[in-house]
Amino acid sequence: MEKSIKKSSLSVSPNGLEKKTSSKRLEVLKTYKIYIGGQFPRTESGRFYTPVNATGKKLANVCLSSRKDFRDAVVAARSAFGKWADRAAFNRGQILYRMAEMLEGRKAQFIDELMQQDATKAKAEKEVNLAIDRLIYYAGWCDKYQQLFSTVNPVATSHFNFSVPEPMGVVSIIAPQSDSLLGLVSVIAPVIAGGNTCVVLASETKPLCSVTFAEVLNSSDLPGAVVNILTGKPSELLPWFVDHMDVNATIYCENDSTNRKMLQEKSASNLKRIVFYDTINWYSEKGESPYHIMDTQEIKTTWHPIENIAGSGGGY
Amino acid sequence: MATRKSNTLKLKFDTSWSYAPAPESKSAATINKQYDLFINGAWQKPSSKKYFDTINPANEEKLSEVAEANEADVNKAVVAARNAYEKVWRKMSAKERAKYIFRIARMVQEKARELAIIESLDGGKPIRESRDFDVPTAANHFFYYAGWADKLEYAFPNRNPQSLGVAGQIIPWNFPLLMAAWKIAPALATGNTVVLKPAETTPLSALKLAEIIQESDLPPGVVNIITGAGATGAAIVKHPDINKIAFTGSTEVGKIIQKAIAGTHKKATLELGGKAANIIFEDAPLDQAVEGVINGIFFNQGHVCCAGSRLYVQESVAKQVIKKLKDRLESLIVGDPLDKNTDIGAINSKQQLETIHKYLKIGKQEGAEMYETSCALPRKGFWCRPTLFTNVAQSNRIAQEEIFGPVLAVLTFRTEDEVIEKANNTPYGLSAGVWTDKGSKIFNMTRRMRAGVVWANTFNKFDPTSPFGGYKESGFGREGGLHGLLPYLNLAN
Repeated sequence: MEKSIKKSSLSVSPNGLEKKTSSKRLEVLKTYKIYIGGQFPRTESGRFYTPVNATGKKLANVCLSSRKDFRDAVVAARSAFGKWADRAAFNRGQILYRMAEMLEGRKAQFIDELMQQDATKAKAEKEVNLAIDRLIYYAGWCDKYQQLFSTVNPVATSHFNFSVPEPMGVVSIIAPQSDSLLGLVSVIAPVIAGGNTCVVLASETKPLCSVTFAEVLNSSDLPGAVVNILTGKPSELLPWFVDHMDVNATIYCENDSTNRKMLQEKSASNLKRIVFYDTINWYSEKGESPYHIMDTQEIKTTWHPIENIAGSGGGY
Repeated sequence: MATRKSNTLKLKFDTSWSYAPAPESKSAATINKQYDLFINGAWQKPSSKKYFDTINPANEEKLSEVAEANEADVNKAVVAARNAYEKVWRKMSAKERAKYIFRIARMVQEKARELAIIESLDGGKPIRESRDFDVPTAANHFFYYAGWADKLEYAFPNRNPQSLGVAGQIIPWNFPLLMAAWKIAPALATGNTVVLKPAETTPLSALKLAEIIQESDLPPGVVNIITGAGATGAAIVKHPDINKIAFTGSTEVGKIIQKAIAGTHKKATLELGGKAANIIFEDAPLDQAVEGVINGIFFNQGHVCCAGSRLYVQESVAKQVIKKLKDRLESLIVGDPLDKNTDIGAINSKQQLETIHKYLKIGKQEGAEMYETSCALPRKGFWCRPTLFTNVAQSNRIAQEEIFGPVLAVLTFRTEDEVIEKANNTPYGLSAGVWTDKGSKIFNMTRRMRAGVVWANTFNKFDPTSPFGGYKESGFGREGGLHGLLPYLNLAN
């Protein structure tokens, strides 16, 4: 007989009452939905899949997102882009910090989900803690990376000339298959810290944390549609993630040479920027860096004349 | 001379004044009858045994013939570059590397006059531009990047930047020497070696640069310069032992390159097309703005990827600006590129002239109103009068597609939001311009325009210290400045 979908493996029941009084109470299961434009719809396709863990236990009936879901998410992400990029960098930092606060508050739920998806308790705790700390790390970068990567250029004519990083726009992300929470947070945080919006495809085999993370985003101050999260199969959705003409960059985190080649080929349609993170260990120091923020930034250079009646000199 | 008429100054042209010819002397430049391929520090015969003509677009006369490199020649050049990289260049101390590049910069300066003449002969651009812009900026580019060679770790905090290996570089015909400098200088400073291919219509200045490089005693194979057309470029892109492709040219070819290198570990920098919006607000100093617009679209016959080819004028001043533009157009001198008075030289090639004519036809067919100056054009060679279109719709092809010629599309707008929407409504994102006297408006505009280079109250300014490159389909990567080092380095720590 197949093992049924069961939400929790904790010994304490969800209402906190002792087992003997709750033994007859039916547990309320969570519906794992996708996150588009700040809402939690089911996939428009009506399809689902049922990932199982190593012991063969069904995790949930998870949305099998379609190409249309992706397109809807891109529309949402595009409409949110201008306002998110225009937010004060300081404000973006506060919002990322708020996301960390919300994640901290729901730590137990994430640990539980990670354990359902085969992690040991120690490993699950470590992953959740690191994910929280990673958000704090990027919260701090929001109003600093610009100072590090900007230049004032000493041109030889009398012009004020400076170069600053600007967000690329809408980024499509295929999140790491392993490290389903830490990997997810590690790829989303630098993208939105830099003012981009994104559409993310969660880990196919371990999707639970991504949906719960969407709930964290929803209860933090992050505007809806800055991050959109889909569940489903990369084998199905990958071409659409890189084909869409209103996506500016694509991030891919697996070391699959066939997919890499396909992504690079299709990116040519509108010269998307392609970022590969296939060699990064998200638990290591390399898992976090301001250079990751720069991976989805453009450099804009601005010129303006300096009045120069005396006729001497150059710029700043 | 000016007369006052309906509150605006009008330039008066019906005088008997004319400019005496002031041609630069061809004798200050030496052009060989035939050029071979510059591989491994020596001039080598092409294994294709083929040569093709390069002509002067101002009179269609043959200047020289250059070798056509085939796959075997490309391979030879890559092998030379790989050897030089592994055995010499990557091992050399960065300080010594810098000194070679400084030396090249100095030699370009020494031969500036000769290079300028060759550039104007082979490409058709006015000598004033090649003399005052192309050649000095190319020399400065080498000088600027030379100094970076031993300072790279300061550019990338907390990283240990490493060279990539062999860079394959393919450059266009609009700024032949300058583009060669933009490609070679940062590649050498970061410790890479180079295989460079100039455009088939303008190979001569790059071959002169090869002579300079030979004279500079740069170790053989560090820079290889090979000539040919598209097939030669494709062979470079596909060569398995190249680590980096740097390409400047059309978006169409850029996409082909991006596809061709898919599945390899080649890094790429693509500097592609553009359709820059140049925006004039009613509060702008209009005479200055008109000068800027003229420079923005007629500089180098409009053969400029960042040319301000879409002019957006605020409705309240549109009539006045268009009138001023037409006046100013009439005063532009079109003719002999070697004449120091010439404003607009020859169109680079017959093929490009045909492209421009195609767009002039499309513009008229789509209902825009064409205005061209009345100047006489030389009988031989490839020429196009300075042209502008009014009554242009946002959807017209002349407002959407890159023409790469002296053709300006004029559109109007009412509000800031409207013009931002229109300016950004293009797949391109290379450059943009804005003209207004109000500081806060300048920064609102420059911030919201999705382009890699934004000129405010100026246009078409370039400097070795200033990063250049596009957003969206105008390509990726930056050339110039500190940011121009990154495409030639691996930052993995």
